[in-house]
Parts: sequence; C-alpha cells; structure tokens
Amino acid sequence: MNPVQQAVVWLNDPLNWTNPGGVLDRLGEHLSLSALAVLLGCLVAWPIGLWLGHTGRGGGLVLLVSNVTLAIPTLALLTILPLTFLGFGRPAVVVALAVFAVPPLLATAYTGVRQADPEARDAARGMGLSGRQVLRRVELPLAVPYLAAGFRTAAVQVVATAALASFVNGGGLGQIIRAGFGLDIAAGGGQIIAGGVLVAGLALLVEGVLALVERAVTPRPLRRARRAATRRAADATAGA
Amino acid sequence: MSLHLSYQAAPGNPWFSWQYVRDNSDTILAALREHTWLTARAVLIAALVALPLAVAAYWFRSLAGPILALTGVLYTVPSLALFAFLAPYLGIGAITVLTVVALYALLVIVRNALAGLNQVPPEVREAAEGMGYGRWGRLLRIELPLALPGILTGLRLATVSTVALVTVGVVVGRGGLGQLIFAGFQNNFYKAEIMTGTVLCVLLALVLDLILAGIGRMLTPWLRGRSS
Repeated sequence: MNPVQQAVVWLNDPLNWTNPGGVLDRLGEHLSLSALAVLLGCLVAWPIGLWLGHTGRGGGLVLLVSNVTLAIPTLALLTILPLTFLGFGRPAVVVALAVFAVPPLLATAYTGVRQADPEARDAARGMGLSGRQVLRRVELPLAVPYLAAGFRTAAVQVVATAALASFVNGGGLGQIIRAGFGLDIAAGGGQIIAGGVLVAGLALLVEGVLALVERAVTPRPLRRARRAATRRAADATAGA
Repeated sequence: MSLHLSYQAAPGNPWFSWQYVRDNSDTILAALREHTWLTARAVLIAALVALPLAVAAYWFRSLAGPILALTGVLYTVPSLALFAFLAPYLGIGAITVLTVVALYALLVIVRNALAGLNQVPPEVREAAEGMGYGRWGRLLRIELPLALPGILTGLRLATVSTVALVTVGVVVGRGGLGQLIFAGFQNNFYKAEIMTGTVLCVLLALVLDLILAGIGRMLTPWLRGRSS
C-alpha cells in the first residue's frame, strides 16, 4: 500500500476519530486554541490600531511589529513562553499564537482608519462630533472592510500556526502528524498524510468560511475596498 | 507531569550562558551553518522559479489569476501539513525541508515581483516599444530593472520568513537552529540552549536582510537620492 492509500484507510477508521486523542478531540483543541488566540489578538491589536490610525501616529510602529514577528520563529515562542510566568499549558500556547495574529489585525485597523475619506472626517468634525465620536461613528464603520480582511487573514494564520503547538505537546491536529512521524515513515506515512489533509483542510475551510463572513459584514458600497484591504492584510503577515 | 517537576527542581537555569555557548560551539556553529545553507538554497531556488512565473503572469494576463490563486492556496496550507504531504515521498532529511521552505518563498517572490513589474509606467513601456525594443529586450533592459525594487522586497521578505520557517524542519530532524530550540525544550527545558537558538535565528534573519538591502542599494543607484 502506498502512503496515500494508507491515509485513506486511516481516515476511514472510525476509532481514529472517536478515540481519546483522536481527530475529534484534536479538532476541538485546535479550534478552541485558535479561537482564544484570535480573540486575544483582536482585543490587543484592534484598539491600538484604531487609535493609532485615528491619531495618525505610529505608522512606523505598525511596520516594526510586522517585521519583527516575521523574523521570530513560531517554535521559539512556543518553547520560550511556557518557561516564563505563563507556565505550561494552554495560556502559553494561546499567547504564542496570538502574537502571530497581531500584525495583520494591527495593520488593517491602522490602514482602515487612515484610508477613511478625509472629507467624511471633516464633515463629521464640522457637525460638532468629538474625536472619539468621529472614530466610533465615521472612521470605524468605514474601516469595516479592512477589519474584516485582517480578521480573516489573522484567523487563517493562527489556525495554520496552531498545528505547530504539537511540538510542545500543546494539542491540536498537529499532534496527529507528530505522532505519525514518531511511528517512523514506513509505519506512520498514512497517518502523517491523513493529519496533513486534516490540518490543510481545516485551514482552507476557515479561509473559505471567513471569506463569506467578510463578504456578509462588508456593506455593499464598501466592497470596492475589499481587494486593497485583503492585500494590506496579506502584506502584514509577509512583513511589509 | 514528571517533566514539569524536573523543570522545577532544576537549579539555576539561566536564559543565557556563555558557558553553554563555549562548551557547545561546534554544535551551535553546525546548526547555524545548516540553517544559513538551507535558507540560501531555498531562496535561490524559489527566485529561479518565481521570476519566470512572474514574467509569464505579466506577459499573459490570463495566467496571472491562476498563478496567484495557486500560490495563494499553497500559502494557506500550513507548513506542517506540507511537511506531512512531502515527507513520505521525499524522506526524512534536508531535501524535504528545502522543498517546503522554497515553496513558501516562491509565493512571496512571485507576488512582489509581479507587483513590481505592474508598476512599470505605461509611458515607459510605450517609449521602449517606440525605440524598437522587442519583447525580450524590453523585459531585460527596461522592465526588470524598473521592477527591481519590488523583486528585492520580495526576496527580503522571502529570506526573513524562510529563516523562521526552517525551524519547523525539526519535524524531520533537520531544522537548523530550530534543532537547538527544540533540543533545549526537550532537554529539561534548557533555557540557555533555547535562547541561543532563537537569538541566532533572529540575528541571521536580520543579517541576511541587511545584506540583501545593501545589494539592492547597489543595484538601484537611481533610487539612492530619494528617501529609502
């Protein structure tokens, strides 16, 4: 049997799904870790990004954050954070993943506010809105396409990175791949590929679902901005 | 759980120790060498494949969509999954790591090179055509030089992210400096080993980035006067 056939057999064994530590368990871990990390990333990055965008300062900081996180290996954060005050277990993994969610979220929040039509901003000021009100009622709604694109990019990034949590026994679907490698290629080849299919499938699924969500939450007149917003978010994960 | 206890019991586990660096300089240098070598080859291979792809996408507009979509899907696939797909066929070793990181670098370079080519002003293109340049002459003498900033941005991003990505190679035992980080974690959470690997990794990314930036400055003297 070649490895692909082995993978099909592995995926067709119901016990591989329902056993403790099986696919369903790992999927649950993967999703909960990712969700917490994205949530944490949003809580940190959005307020800062929106505020920096509103005041128009800190463009350099946004760039610096994405460049620095690009150079830090995921493996390093996953191994270092458990040894700090965070301790072993889920919090350390969640924080490590959240770090990689921050750049796209921060960059899109910043750019989203910056690109808001200056005339709309001036009009709002002329109507007597305060700085906070301008941010909340004018700039924030206009930044929605950017925020949505940043969210999608960050979430996909985190789901992909969460596979690496398996290096520090942090759970998630990556564990299946790691366990397969532990069995040696000849015996575990099928399981390795099956794990790869699950991990890649989940990432692509999240990407697809969030693309639909992104479309749904972006008001029709703002859809034109989606392309630019997606590109901005992708640039943040790739550095610039 | 036993690991947990042993960590707590370990006396004196500093984040950095010269003692460790001195005693293990051979291992560290070997890891650094492997890391650099893997990165350099991966980026070189990726560039050699990516540039023709970018040019093809630039010449034939109908190819741009599929090429970008394919590389986009590839980029969404997590690195560990890519290792999982390739390892059973390519085996446990450097060739698997090289293939995976080169594939990721490919996308970054293609996207930035294509953006660079698309930024060539249409007037310049038309002027070159009017001067009698053919398709190849125009590409080599006019369009590629003008797209150099975009191409170099792509190369720099690809290099920096490749340095970070090579560490995932520990899954097949060839992660370069990642090997140090991982071994430190498994070796009773030896902080000095983890930190040395991490710091060297970040420094390597920084140094390679600066080298490429320097090369970029040399290759594009016409941009030097403007703000960098």
